[in-house]
Amino acid sequence: MSLNSNIPPGPMSDKWTDYKSKMPLVSPDNKRRLEVIVVGTGLAGASAAASLGEMGYNVKCFTFHDSPRRAHSIAAQGGINAAKNYKNDGDSVYRLFYDTVKGGDYRSREANVHRLAEVSNDIIDQCVAQGVPFAREYSGMLDNRSFGGVQVERTFYARGQTGQQLLIGAYQALSRQISLGTVTMYNRHEMLELVVVDGKARGIIARNLTTGKLERFAAHCVVLGTGGYGNVFYLSTNAMNCNVTAGWRVVKKGAMMANPCYTQIHPTCIPQSGEYQSKLTLMSESLRNDGRVWVPAKLEDAKAIQEGRKMGKDIPEEDRDYYLERRYPAFGNLVPRDVASRAAKVECDKGHGVVATGLGVYLDFESAFERYGKSKAHSMNLHNPSTEKIRELGVAEIEEKYGNLFEMYEKITGENPYKTPMKIYPAVHYTMGGLWVDYNLETNIPGLFALGECNFSDHGANRLGASALMQGLADGYFVVPYTIGPFLSKEIRTPKFSTDLPEFAQAENAVKERLQNFLDNNGNQSVESFHRRLGKIMWEHCGMARNAEGLKKAIGLIRELREEFHKDVFVPGTMDEFNPELEKAARVADFFELGELMCVDALNRKESCGGHFREESRTEEGEAKRDDENFAYAAAWEWPDVKNDPVLHKEHLKFEAIELKTRSYK
Amino acid sequence: MKLRLKVWRQKSANDKGYFEDHTLEANEHMSFLEMMDVMNEELIQQKKEPVAFEHDCREGICGACSLVINGQPHGPMQGTTTCQLHMRHFNDGDTIHIEPYRANAFPVIKDLVVDRSSFDRIIQAGGYISVSTGQAEDGNAIPINRNDSSLAFDAATCIGCAACVAACPNASAMLFTSAKVSHLALLPQGKVEASRRALKMVNQMDEEGFGRCSNITACEAECPKGISIDNIARMNREYLSASLVGEEK
Ligand SMILES: Cc1cc2nc3c(=O)[nH]c(=O)nc-3n(C[C@H](O)[C@H](O)[C@H](O)COP(=O)(O)OP(=O)(O)OC[C@H]3O[C@@H](n4cnc5c(N)ncnc54)[C@H](O)[C@@H]3O)c2cc1C
Ligand code: FES
Repeated sequence: MSLNSNIPPGPMSDKWTDYKSKMPLVSPDNKRRLEVIVVGTGLAGASAAASLGEMGYNVKCFTFHDSPRRAHSIAAQGGINAAKNYKNDGDSVYRLFYDTVKGGDYRSREANVHRLAEVSNDIIDQCVAQGVPFAREYSGMLDNRSFGGVQVERTFYARGQTGQQLLIGAYQALSRQISLGTVTMYNRHEMLELVVVDGKARGIIARNLTTGKLERFAAHCVVLGTGGYGNVFYLSTNAMNCNVTAGWRVVKKGAMMANPCYTQIHPTCIPQSGEYQSKLTLMSESLRNDGRVWVPAKLEDAKAIQEGRKMGKDIPEEDRDYYLERRYPAFGNLVPRDVASRAAKVECDKGHGVVATGLGVYLDFESAFERYGKSKAHSMNLHNPSTEKIRELGVAEIEEKYGNLFEMYEKITGENPYKTPMKIYPAVHYTMGGLWVDYNLETNIPGLFALGECNFSDHGANRLGASALMQGLADGYFVVPYTIGPFLSKEIRTPKFSTDLPEFAQAENAVKERLQNFLDNNGNQSVESFHRRLGKIMWEHCGMARNAEGLKKAIGLIRELREEFHKDVFVPGTMDEFNPELEKAARVADFFELGELMCVDALNRKESCGGHFREESRTEEGEAKRDDENFAYAAAWEWPDVKNDPVLHKEHLKFEAIELKTRSYK
Repeated sequence: MKLRLKVWRQKSANDKGYFEDHTLEANEHMSFLEMMDVMNEELIQQKKEPVAFEHDCREGICGACSLVINGQPHGPMQGTTTCQLHMRHFNDGDTIHIEPYRANAFPVIKDLVVDRSSFDRIIQAGGYISVSTGQAEDGNAIPINRNDSSLAFDAATCIGCAACVAACPNASAMLFTSAKVSHLALLPQGKVEASRRALKMVNQMDEEGFGRCSNITACEAECPKGISIDNIARMNREYLSASLVGEEK
């Protein structure tokens, strides 16, 4: 099978405009006759379903959540990027494009990224019109802040709850279409199979999670916005129910998974506290704007802290190692996530960690309190304010900016971060890999589209902060409404599909059999216990640092554990009822296969790039070393049947607008 | 710490429920839901059905978790969702009652899981600004007073968890509904439809079988996001002005 990325011709900056003016349209009358299934109501799915509904298509929208508003996008904290240049700091579409390609370590498709940068501004306008209460300055104008990996302020935010506010905007737009009847919403419905008729995606089998019944749904095409697969690691910052099942089911039907090994490990998460832990919590990257990362320079100080004999504040300034500022003077605490995470690992591996497990570093706001306090005092015309007064004013300013994050930190750890520095450690956060899609966001199965985090398209080997929200909404509001046109314009004579077709019956039976096997198994171990064990293997061998030996070992371990899972997992209850254990079993089964493919992909990619760090491929200073000669491609894996080996297809990446360079933040 | 749990079990909406006793060894660093995970793991080990409860983000933002813990929605800590509640706020030897939200508009699905789709329908009735994709002007075209924007944000932080309904003796949904009405009415973009929106949402609220508001303010006290009852007054004003001009029902 050959991969055609369908990139339109012409200069980079004209491609999207030309495409839009030349693409085939579907007339309003025909739109009414065409049916579209959208799976997922996160930023990508909800914005797509709402926009397609507004355009006049008949949309059926699905989520396994009890309400569209609960999608994992709700948890995004820091912000969303756009090239508005409201700050007059030299930002532009080109710069956002450039930063994203560079941030992604030159492993993304230029044309897609350029389009993303182009539509970024429309997103902000759209969201403001919907009533998203972005942060504002006293003038009433929109405020911005900066995020890791860039030198301009282009991030729009709504306190530390940007994802929530954007998702509510999309949810409300979706709700409006539901009330107008253009979208039919199916809550608590989980897609468990794709239905392919004559080579095209024509429907899904979903399980009604309340009644447990399997239901068939047909349409002219299927759009997935089903999110990322970070939970393959068990512990991650993703919501507990995030899973890969929709994406993996379509791989089983022939779709390709691209770059599955590209995982983002986020540098600022709350360190793990115990074995029973169910998830990790992110502290937004925006905190690195004002917080300084450090560890004790002396090993004996670190040891004393680990053993509880000393506190961070006992360490004098000269004995602190602000290692990011030291190693990367140009970007300092604002280096991209992959760089910051690895640096934390290096310090902790050397023994400088500051929590009992040794796996944690400080994120310290003391100098920000002082800086903000002084500036506030100045604006209040306070002369010679006391140190305490300055700190008090500074704390208030920081509280205004990050109050909810500080509060969250205190709730989880029981420590007050206004008094003692935060402790953080990297954790799995985002997956850049995903379903392979072309410029139209269409997978290699015609009529199957993938948007948002579940596709691989825009972030290369590393995603910059505040760019996932941008991509989800770009795909849903401004890209797929156009790029679905070329496919659907050829379907205007295709009548509605009946779910009585044999393809639907077959797909339904396959699901039934899969689920029944779990229930009949009568093993002895819980789904959760297997998921934890899988996660440990992944974290150890396919986490922040990877090597050939470890990856090979992991593949063996995963296969063994998968076999044990299918033999010994215990799933209580029946199929025809609300049964969360059964839901989890089906998801974990898919994680097992995906996990193996991630290791296969990581093993194949012998270079280091972005979030993928191969220990064999580094510079003398220990930085990641890319190999453009051999690996400037997206690895798209075909793996319909686990009994055979996965087959690699390469999409070679051409860099026309941006020169391939070593990424440096020094 | 050793705990005695009295957990509500109910097979489905039509079944009668009952409290089931469990004893459990927990530790103070666990979150409340992690404690429930441990209980469920034990049940599975005994080949029994685990207790169904709803959760997802486990960081207080998605609104999925619910539970009435010792009589209080989201438990004893103010401004805290169940998923953010930690066991360090309980003592060794405590007995903890765990129940689902109870309201006519929220039928039980199983054990501690209830159906809150009535909230979605209230939003569908009018909880949006009627703007389609592509119709927007520049984001800075209309400056918005920072204070208004901030108040709108405060109202918009509602997570739709429905603790307000569970806390209210009348099972009223006024705090939830008014938070949305306020969020949008406070912004120039949403002002245009404000009265009509209030009217439609309030009508839907009544249709779903939520109770009347009699100013008990338990909703505000139990809201994990600190949504203020000032929003209710704001909604009443919009509602009244809509009723006065007799806009469409
Ligand atoms: C803690 C945290 C903070 C973040 N902060 C930021 C930030 O500040 N800025 C930024 O840009 N990005 C951030 N991100 C990343 C960003 O939030 C996500 O990448 C993005 O929201 C994903 O959106 P999505 O629409 O693709 O998927 P999701 O929001 O995950 O939505 C997936 C949807 O698909 C549905 N679904 C999945 N599978 C099925 C199925 N089989 N059947 C039916 N429905 C299904 C789910 O119910 C859900 O509705 C953050 C991520 C995390 C974890
Ligand atoms: S689980 Fe999301 S708010 Fe509690």
